[in-house]
Amino acid sequence: MADNQIDATQWVARYSDYLFNYTIARVNDRDLAKDLISETFLAGLKSMENFKGDATERTWLVSILKRKIIDHYRKINSNKGKAEVRINYDDSETEGDWLEERVADKFDRTAEDQLENQELGTAIYDCLDGLNEKQRTIFRMKTMENFDTEAICNAFDITPSNLWVIIHRARKAMADCLENNWF
Amino acid sequence: MGKLKLECHEANHICDKSQYKEASFWEKVRLNIHLIYCRACQKYTARNNKLTKAVKNPKVNTVSKEEKAELQELLNKQLADK
Repeated sequence: MADNQIDATQWVARYSDYLFNYTIARVNDRDLAKDLISETFLAGLKSMENFKGDATERTWLVSILKRKIIDHYRKINSNKGKAEVRINYDDSETEGDWLEERVADKFDRTAEDQLENQELGTAIYDCLDGLNEKQRTIFRMKTMENFDTEAICNAFDITPSNLWVIIHRARKAMADCLENNWF
Repeated sequence: MGKLKLECHEANHICDKSQYKEASFWEKVRLNIHLIYCRACQKYTARNNKLTKAVKNPKVNTVSKEEKAELQELLNKQLADK
């Protein structure tokens, strides 16, 4: 029954990047995204007993996060009148600027591009989560945090050729995974 | 400097290294010669480049170390209270 265990101490290390990309694609604000994630983690801690273990930890956290995001949009729309889109051009500073503001975006950046790019982060971290522990940490260090080969070798006590084999496998798995979910 | 022709696994290794700008000039020359006639490695290289590009995409957000530490601290505090 309980296939999935909760280990809250690993949440930040394992899921924060994924959740962050997920959130930022939906709220488009770094600070707000961070707040929502910490709220999610706290809410997760509080309702840990309710975790049945049917879904993975991450799925469960995402479902909490979704509620938080919806709550956020409810909150900013709850004051009457704020739900409407209003454009005021009556202060002297913005006067005269309105025409430029309404010009269409640059032709090479479509709405689709934006959407794809924002979902890309989620896809990458999703795939990263599918790798095994060792491949994941090493791939992260090498590719995202730009550590030297030597530094990683020392940290994990492996030879450079070990490292390249791990990197090779990780890259292969990542490419396969992204191919299915993304490219 | 050794042979000109590469085996596929060597080519892949150089390709991996070049993703991190760690392949030497001579290695890259040999890789490119290999790629002229090897379909499988062409495909591998193309996918590998794509992956690098995707990861380097500025729209892919990472949570910085400090931010992570902050979150972790918050979490630890809550865990301790339990």
